[in-house]
Amino acid sequence: MDLVNALVVFANFVLIPATAYGAQLALGALGVTLIYGILRFSNFAHGDTMAFGTMVTILCTWGLQALGVSFGPLPTALLALPIGIAATAALVLGTDRIVYRFYRRQKAQPTILVIVSLGVMFVMNGIVRLIIGVNDQNFSDGERFVITAREFKAATGLAEGLAIKTTQAVTVVAAIVVVAALFWFLQRTRTGKSMRAFSDNEDLALLSGINPDRVVQITWILAAALAAIAGVLYGLDKSFKPFTYFQLLLPIFAAAIVGGLGSPLGAIAGGFIIAFSEVFVTYAWKKVLGYALPDAWAPETLVQLLSTDYKFAVSFTILIVVLLFMPTGLFRGKS
Amino acid sequence: MNMRNLMMFAGVAILFVLTGILQSWNLSLSILNMALLSAIMALGVNIQWGYAGLFNTGVMGFTALGGLAVVLVAAQPVPEAWRAGGPGVLLALLVGAGVLAAAIALHKRMPRGRMRTITLLVVLTGGFFLFRALFDTNAEAIEAVNPATSGYMGGLGLPSLWAWPVGGVLAAAAAWGIGKTALGLRSDYLAIATLGIAEIIISVLKNEDWLARGVKNVISLPRPWPVPYEVDLQQDPRFLQVAAEWGFDPVTGSSILVKLLYGGLFVAVLLALIWLSERALNAPWGRMMRAIRDNEVAASAMGKDVTGRHLQVFVIGSAVIGIAGAMMTSMDTQLIPGTYNPLRFTFLVWVMVIVGGSGNNWGAVLGGLLVGWLWLIVESLGPIVMSGVTASMADGPLKAHLVDSAQHMRLLTLGIVLLLVLRFSPRGLIPEK
Repeated sequence: MDLVNALVVFANFVLIPATAYGAQLALGALGVTLIYGILRFSNFAHGDTMAFGTMVTILCTWGLQALGVSFGPLPTALLALPIGIAATAALVLGTDRIVYRFYRRQKAQPTILVIVSLGVMFVMNGIVRLIIGVNDQNFSDGERFVITAREFKAATGLAEGLAIKTTQAVTVVAAIVVVAALFWFLQRTRTGKSMRAFSDNEDLALLSGINPDRVVQITWILAAALAAIAGVLYGLDKSFKPFTYFQLLLPIFAAAIVGGLGSPLGAIAGGFIIAFSEVFVTYAWKKVLGYALPDAWAPETLVQLLSTDYKFAVSFTILIVVLLFMPTGLFRGKS
Repeated sequence: MNMRNLMMFAGVAILFVLTGILQSWNLSLSILNMALLSAIMALGVNIQWGYAGLFNTGVMGFTALGGLAVVLVAAQPVPEAWRAGGPGVLLALLVGAGVLAAAIALHKRMPRGRMRTITLLVVLTGGFFLFRALFDTNAEAIEAVNPATSGYMGGLGLPSLWAWPVGGVLAAAAAWGIGKTALGLRSDYLAIATLGIAEIIISVLKNEDWLARGVKNVISLPRPWPVPYEVDLQQDPRFLQVAAEWGFDPVTGSSILVKLLYGGLFVAVLLALIWLSERALNAPWGRMMRAIRDNEVAASAMGKDVTGRHLQVFVIGSAVIGIAGAMMTSMDTQLIPGTYNPLRFTFLVWVMVIVGGSGNNWGAVLGGLLVGWLWLIVESLGPIVMSGVTASMADGPLKAHLVDSAQHMRLLTLGIVLLLVLRFSPRGLIPEK
């Protein structure tokens, strides 16, 4: 029995990856939930919006790397991120102007808007594949660590190492900063307040003189920024592949619904719930249990509840359970 | 059917004839067969969307379940694998189902409270480990039998045609489970739940080797009843005689005959399904469905069980998609889980329904044939056109990128077509009457 080593293995393979993944999902789910709260439809194009923002950032990063620009110990992609955000915001504002505004004026049903967002998804998906192709792209500046497994072992003298990748640390810090800024914006500024009012009761908000077009524009810009940031962080942490971003739609929606659609706080909680459950269920616990249990009880099998290929099944099961037992989600979103 | 609609069908027919004359009849017929299958899927989606306004984004999953049915029904059984772990796996699956049923029964019977939550958790966790204990050893035993050639239980060795209704039943069962949870809530939830179940069905097919060999693929499934094999035809003296009399090449002739027979089967199924659904649509049931779609509140005030009807129509539509999926796999005579792609099997079918005219069966079929033709012809023409366009360019990464990107143009084009139709002609080519 060796609880310290068990804890280190747990932190290395479960806690840290799941936290980083949870932060990425939370940012994605925040975008979905904002769109849902203000524009009142589930945006199926969100995964591909993330892919678009990431693609622009990747192209700029490559340019910067070719010029020899670097951002010290931090990933160069962070320097290129503002351009990615700006391009994504321009794209979604253009899409809103050309596509969504027409249906909003018509007061079309949410299902129609969802189908329209499918069309937008097709177009964005096509653009991304056309420009950057379908393959895996790597744009981090090589593997960098805050602390490597070897350093950790040398420093503590433990048998197990603990590695924290720079990208993981950046992900978590960036997510905290972004979420704090978003909540400050929603709670404290005039525009943020008008957005919340619009989300609560559209008619009342219009009567109080809130300009709906402005609220919608700000929402799209925020959603684009969140999508681009989430996409870049996910791509830095893992890798960028357009189809993976499309598939991220499911855990992101699951996170937003588990938290309660339309509730920003819920989206964050949902993101971490989904991420931790995915990692918990698909991680092989043999090593952790081998340390944590007395030798006689040490497991011989991998103690993996489900194979990693079923990670979608995990977010899906949570989604179904929430739909069955509390359709409004944990934080009382719109049902 | 009025003159205008007939003209449109004639126009699509001309497209196929032109493909036959300008490229080859073989290509034209194989596109036609795929387009017919897509038309059946579009019919299934139209039953859900056009009649009831249900948004199903899991078409791919139901198609794949149909494909699985072909393996389970028509593949040759593997007796050693069956002896190694067949009963064990079945028992494990029964235990799994029993645990779920017990959990549902407990949830209904026991009073609300902490006691119920704890009991449920204990039953589900215990059940999961019991299931895994029973399941894992048996599944491994099955996969260990000749992994290179079989490594799965095989099917029942029955005729491939029988798999078609079975595919419908499998898809209907999955749809019932999904519908039971997601219907009656917000309309978007069904879309998200079906998107999820489709991904899960595909990952089950990819990973459960004991069931259908996973990514090792099941190949050489038998063909359905009247369709012969080209090699047999080419050695059949009667066929050779006919070929000589009519003056066509036996090799091309045999493959065209095979495709024609498939096409005939598909048309028969398509017409039968259209006839059935037209009958249903014009019956009181169809009027009730449309009344529910147009105003759920009013319909439920009239005493109609909205959620129940939605579940019914969702199951029927998914069954139609499952049948089409089984037909597709029995035409391909192989099940390759890796080829199921949501863009091709879910969203393309949606484009077909919207373009053709939602709420109208003939519209869905027209959309299926037209968009199916477009999608597949671009596959064969796109690279040719692209290399024509880039012929004068110097060889290099840019040229290679442009030639490769031809296939991605399809997504872009389809997305734009979908948006344009939704905006300027939301009722589609053949609008609902």
